[in-house]
Amino acid sequence: MSRPARHDRRRRGTEPVRLHPKPDQAFLGMPAFPDAARVALGDQQLRANLRHATHTIRAKRLNAVGEMPDWQDLRMAAAGIKDETLAHLDDYLVQFEQAATAAGATVHWAVDAEEACRIGVEIAQRHRARDVIKVKSMATQEIGLNEALEAHGIHAWETDLAELIVQLGGDTPSHFLVPAIHRNRDEIRDIFTERMGQVGRAAPDDLTSEPRRLAEAARLHLREKFLSTTVAFSGANFAIAETGTLVVVESEGNGRMCLTLPDVLVSVVGIEKLLPSFADLEVFLQVLPRSSTAERMNPYTTMWTGVSPGDGPQEVHVILIDNGRTRALADEVGRQALRCIRCSACLNVCPVYERVGGHAYGSVYPGPIGAILNPLLHGVTDEHDAQLPFASSLCGACYEACPVAIDIPSVLIDQRAAAVREKAHHRVPTAESVAMKAAAWTFGDAKRLARAQKTASLGRGVARHVGWLPGMLGGWTSSRDLPEVPRQSFRAWWSQREDTATVKALEE
Amino acid sequence: MRVSLFITCLADTLFPDVGKATITVLERLGCDVDFPVAQTCCGQMHLNTGYPELAGGLVRSFAETFAGSEAVVLPSGSCAAMLRHHADRVAEGIELPPVYELSEFLIDVLGVTDVGARFPHTVTYHPTCHSLRLLGVGERPYRLLREVEGLELRELPGADECCGFGGTFAVKNAETSSAMGQDKVAAAVGTGAEILCASDSSCLMHLAGVAGREHAPLRTMHLAEILASTG
Repeated sequence: MSRPARHDRRRRGTEPVRLHPKPDQAFLGMPAFPDAARVALGDQQLRANLRHATHTIRAKRLNAVGEMPDWQDLRMAAAGIKDETLAHLDDYLVQFEQAATAAGATVHWAVDAEEACRIGVEIAQRHRARDVIKVKSMATQEIGLNEALEAHGIHAWETDLAELIVQLGGDTPSHFLVPAIHRNRDEIRDIFTERMGQVGRAAPDDLTSEPRRLAEAARLHLREKFLSTTVAFSGANFAIAETGTLVVVESEGNGRMCLTLPDVLVSVVGIEKLLPSFADLEVFLQVLPRSSTAERMNPYTTMWTGVSPGDGPQEVHVILIDNGRTRALADEVGRQALRCIRCSACLNVCPVYERVGGHAYGSVYPGPIGAILNPLLHGVTDEHDAQLPFASSLCGACYEACPVAIDIPSVLIDQRAAAVREKAHHRVPTAESVAMKAAAWTFGDAKRLARAQKTASLGRGVARHVGWLPGMLGGWTSSRDLPEVPRQSFRAWWSQREDTATVKALEE
Repeated sequence: MRVSLFITCLADTLFPDVGKATITVLERLGCDVDFPVAQTCCGQMHLNTGYPELAGGLVRSFAETFAGSEAVVLPSGSCAAMLRHHADRVAEGIELPPVYELSEFLIDVLGVTDVGARFPHTVTYHPTCHSLRLLGVGERPYRLLREVEGLELRELPGADECCGFGGTFAVKNAETSSAMGQDKVAAAVGTGAEILCASDSSCLMHLAGVAGREHAPLRTMHLAEILASTG
């Protein structure tokens, strides 16, 4: 099972709500979205950091996208290539395996996180590795690889600057691209000063919070790891079926160090990462950097196809993971979520993400895409996943920003229905489902609606709320005033006006 | 021209003045306005909360009530978007009469931007997400407001950002919703405008609720109310 004993580990109410779980607990133990969001909203520093970061990158992305006259065509081309791949995924996966194997890589298949981790741990153990270095990767976080390696006494060191900050801070990432988006410079200096020395080369004594100094401290700390570690783990942004090539796109070059210096390279790749041909990269290497870092081109693109004798890692493994992806693929509306290239544009424009940050989503995949991807990958049986589709105001900014045109609002609505069906299936009558049925009954007939309006109107001053807005009173009035119910509804006014008009006409 | 008014359940119950103002504007421009009394709700609340079957029933009821209407006008971008983009999702093969949000109808069908209104106040406009992104009403409301005599329009910073209402999101994630509303109200207050205007009573209800709780020096008004005014 990919997520064992989840309910047991999430003991809401029995322990204080924490937003920064220790890495060994990963995202398990996080409260469901509404509770986690409430905690995050109370953190003024977090809100200020997030607001600053998202607004900055939002403006930059608009510029980077705005200078492309064919942006909408590129976006549709990207969506089309992904859809074509997903429609024939079985064929492309086999083609990839054959091409990669022919080039000297070893391809493994993993149905879930546990199997993927077991394969990864075995490879590291075979090489008697005590330490491994890592390229920033969502897939390895999704399967909990670092925790699995740790359980076998193997330290996994993150080499992406932001991931390093997160790891040293005993934290979890809150953003795809900027995992430490919730941290400011002073917090980062403190983390480096306190922790670097415990796990490797210490930060200089006179470290300041100047970005250049922080980057230099990280560079020296990491250099030691790059030169002393022989096994590396990565993910991949793209996997090319035609050639068996893996592609990693990054900004810092730390990834390239991991991909080229060690003897052994293990890449964990979601099966949806495939593209049919090498030429398809043309589209994605345009849409990805502009959407994520707002750059015309990312500084480092590393591609490798199996093993190159005498150059780079001489033992190359690819672990292809399902871990819920075929479940998502079977969902007619939701499968478009598998187009996602993890650019994080939807996070940066989301007004909900901007207020609460990534941790509130309780998953490796936060923000709007996380709110659909998690329920699609896991189903909505868990209260945590069932709450995520509701963590949106459906404003549609995410759809507008998505470079592969995932209609996130539509999938959210569909997953909300799935969550409601799941509860009904277990015969859990909720206050909401009762209220919704009552509202539909009231709306089912105009006379019933008129009567309900009259009742609300008579109750003015006593219970100044409208019964058919479910749960309105408590949730609404904690921070907002309610409008007063008018003496007369519109329809009552209209019928009075009509009556007057009729009388007038008769008199004439 | 004969026009059918779909008032929307929220305006019907809580904001009847919005309906009256819509009629005032349409009649002033020579329309013959009809209000089919069997109407109730577009089903958006049900669809967006995860009850598509219940929404389907309401959409079918809407279709029956307005069957044969030449044009249905409604003072809500959100409900117009529901009927135009989501009706088919919950009631397959449904046939609906042409549905217009008020500003679309005035400009696209009647070809009018000056509706003969006078409103000597400072106003800032919040475009609301569904009007902006699902319907794509674009500049239409601004064009109407610019023609109002005496009205001074102030630009709203971050206009395209959500106000945080989002239907049942406002109660399911009340704290997040309010935080978004507070930022929107602060932006509106920052313009120095007396009035925050929008074309959706739902968003305005939320923003008025926030502004009221914070004693913000701001009044909310629906676009129809400003266009109806001759003060």
